[in-house]
Amino acid sequence: MPFYSHQLPNGLQLIGETSPAARSVAVGFFVRTGSRDEQPQESGVSHFLEHMVFKGTDRRSAWDVNRDFDRIGANYNAYTSEENTVYYANVLPEYLPEAVDILTDILRPSLRPDDFDMEKKVILEEIEMYEDQPGSVAWDRSRRLYFDSHPLGNSVLGTLQSISALTREQMQAYFQRRYAANNIVVAAAGRFDWEPFVQLIASACSAWDHAPVGRDQRVEWRGKPGFHVLTRDKVQQEYVMFISAGPPSTSRLRYAADVLAIALGDYSGSRLYWALVDPGYADSADCTYVENDGTGTVYVSISCEPNNTVPNIDRAGEVLKDIQNHGITAAELQSAKNKCLSRVVRGNERPMGRMQAIAAAWTYTGEYRDVDTELAHYEAVTLHDIRDYLEAYPIDRDTVVAFGPLTEVRGVKGELI
Amino acid sequence: MGQLVYHHILPNGLVLLAERMEHVRSAAINFLLPAGAAYESAGQFGVASLLAELITRGAGSRNSRELTQALDNLGLDRDESVGTVNMRFWGSTLARNVPAALELYADILLRPHLPEEELAAVQSLSLQELQALEDSPQKKVMVELRRRYYPPPLNQDRYGQAEDIETCTIETVRQFYRQQFRPNGTILSVAGNVEWEPLKAHVETLFGPWEPQSNGDLVPKPHSPHSDHIPKETQQTQIALALASVPLTDDDYYNARAATAVLSGGMSSRLFTEVREKRGLCYSVYATHESFKTIGTLLVYAGTRSERAQETLDVTLHELRRLREGIENDELDRVKAGLKSALILQEESTSARAGAIASDWYYLGRVRSLDELQAKINELNAPAILRYLDRCPVRDVTLVTLGPAPLTLPSL
Repeated sequence: MPFYSHQLPNGLQLIGETSPAARSVAVGFFVRTGSRDEQPQESGVSHFLEHMVFKGTDRRSAWDVNRDFDRIGANYNAYTSEENTVYYANVLPEYLPEAVDILTDILRPSLRPDDFDMEKKVILEEIEMYEDQPGSVAWDRSRRLYFDSHPLGNSVLGTLQSISALTREQMQAYFQRRYAANNIVVAAAGRFDWEPFVQLIASACSAWDHAPVGRDQRVEWRGKPGFHVLTRDKVQQEYVMFISAGPPSTSRLRYAADVLAIALGDYSGSRLYWALVDPGYADSADCTYVENDGTGTVYVSISCEPNNTVPNIDRAGEVLKDIQNHGITAAELQSAKNKCLSRVVRGNERPMGRMQAIAAAWTYTGEYRDVDTELAHYEAVTLHDIRDYLEAYPIDRDTVVAFGPLTEVRGVKGELI
Repeated sequence: MGQLVYHHILPNGLVLLAERMEHVRSAAINFLLPAGAAYESAGQFGVASLLAELITRGAGSRNSRELTQALDNLGLDRDESVGTVNMRFWGSTLARNVPAALELYADILLRPHLPEEELAAVQSLSLQELQALEDSPQKKVMVELRRRYYPPPLNQDRYGQAEDIETCTIETVRQFYRQQFRPNGTILSVAGNVEWEPLKAHVETLFGPWEPQSNGDLVPKPHSPHSDHIPKETQQTQIALALASVPLTDDDYYNARAATAVLSGGMSSRLFTEVREKRGLCYSVYATHESFKTIGTLLVYAGTRSERAQETLDVTLHELRRLREGIENDELDRVKAGLKSALILQEESTSARAGAIASDWYYLGRVRSLDELQAKINELNAPAILRYLDRCPVRDVTLVTLGPAPLTLPSL
């Protein structure tokens, strides 16, 4: 597929991959900012701002934004992570100019006080909604424990307190600081023509400001091994997280980390599946490798009946130690690679998936990888690479967190949350 | 680009459907079998899920580990799930692996071991799934709504009942398998970069010998839906509503879909605008249409902090009723744009297409073309939608809430 890139004088980066066989085109604005870029007193502002972007501009009210997107039948939304805030739309090719017009307009939002106050209520509802979902609480709290003082442990949602206290002026200041043109990548994939796309973006975004934008602590982080218990009695199942360090997004070891995560914790046929799920000891046991800017993280998460928690922690610990000491077999490696290859092909088949893949690769590494190159990287992973990876990033020295109804696990008293 | 959709009915009744998608490298496989939770008898609620979990633990010449390894080696992502009516086996991988995957599925569906020694583990997983449902209030409220709204046996679901799961024997699981797994009534659909003739020949070889057996039809029993409150100490109150609509087989189906889209199609739709955007009452609010062969239903959901739950319910119901007062042209244009766009975007997804052609055949006994569906959307008009709303007024609403305190259903 043809790949294109272009940078506007203000630093706005455009990339695109055209695919004439596609039925649609996906366009996304990747702003290099998230909860890790927040000050403690503005916790949750990245995500709140993401909502406010849809509240409109001088040209469009909040209602106009929704109406204009719906008029073109766009499949559109946005999401915020610890380090990226992404706005996207997937549309039929003839509607690309309208989609770009709306997205480029709303990315310079008015942040009207009335809208700010109303949307604050929605954010507070969203926080309460996630508080009722123990899997999500376990994830949020264990990341904080693992990352300790590192900003990657910052909660994306923030808290009821931080959001309640947040002012429009703080949000405006955060916007000025983070949404400069040179901190944004615009990506498109699917059926579209590159030159007209560049023209559309250039005419809409050339006036966007250029500003010094940085990011703190882009260094590898290794959390302290330890065991923590968090207690909430109205939760039914116990949720256990094991967190350890992984390679950053720029490391060639990321492919080995992906492959190993599948061999260790895929939902089908992995080590953790056979040790915990197949015998019915836990209803789920997964492993995920997350690449970040400057560092990486490996998560093992388990959910089980509370009275099985201690034996399950032992079983998972055994699996991790065994892999750390003996690696995986050639058959496990091949099977995990086959899954990776199949998922990469399928994940990149549709414009939405492809747009996100090229934008993420560019945002993190400043490079373009076509699908076949990416496949070749996975295909090339050897047992030797797995060994190198495990030596650099041991998976058996974890921060372990149990969250659920148990008030004490292994002599550690639970902190009530 | 013309659609390339094929169908073939094997002598034993198995329906094979395929859509060739030349622009992709993958393919999705989708089996629908008449083995959903609604076929469970009293005293064995949950057996369909036990079967779905046990059935991949050894089949044909392979034991549980060998079978899983063989499936994994094909890079197959898969899911075996129990719906109300159908049990679904879904798998997706590179198109070149489809023949090998079908061979494994033939073993699983026709020659499963259903090993007794694995039953206890599978029971434990089912019981934990019931427990985990308690930790997902948004899911739980919809489960509880369906249990109270639908007539038996359509009110049965994959979660089953703890007592029945605990006491279920291997013989009950095997009996359910023998009774429900049959080629007549089963639909196999494949979408992706596949060639029709070799696919057809391969499926005939693999599934041709499968013996048909007599069909037991699902007949809904007379039933009065009832509203309910489920007390739970949560931050938010979950609100779920059900009311009668028309099924997919009805001439008014697209009018029902359009009415649902006016309420909840995009972010400019009425529920999102009135409940969330104007009042900030909740993060999540939606309406959705779901269909059995003879029953169609409009389901509505909202989750909000308890002190604002009554207002949320009141505003939501007001919007449902206000539909009959009229639909604006601009609103209808947005609904049409959304439906059309969704239709075309679906053409890029092998999984969506495999699901859509199987669903069409299940409900209608044929696959609707893109042109036919686009024509249906083009024909939508406000008077016809209002006539549908006269036929299915917002009157008998079933309300199920989950949270600290019950709500009052405003009188109509």
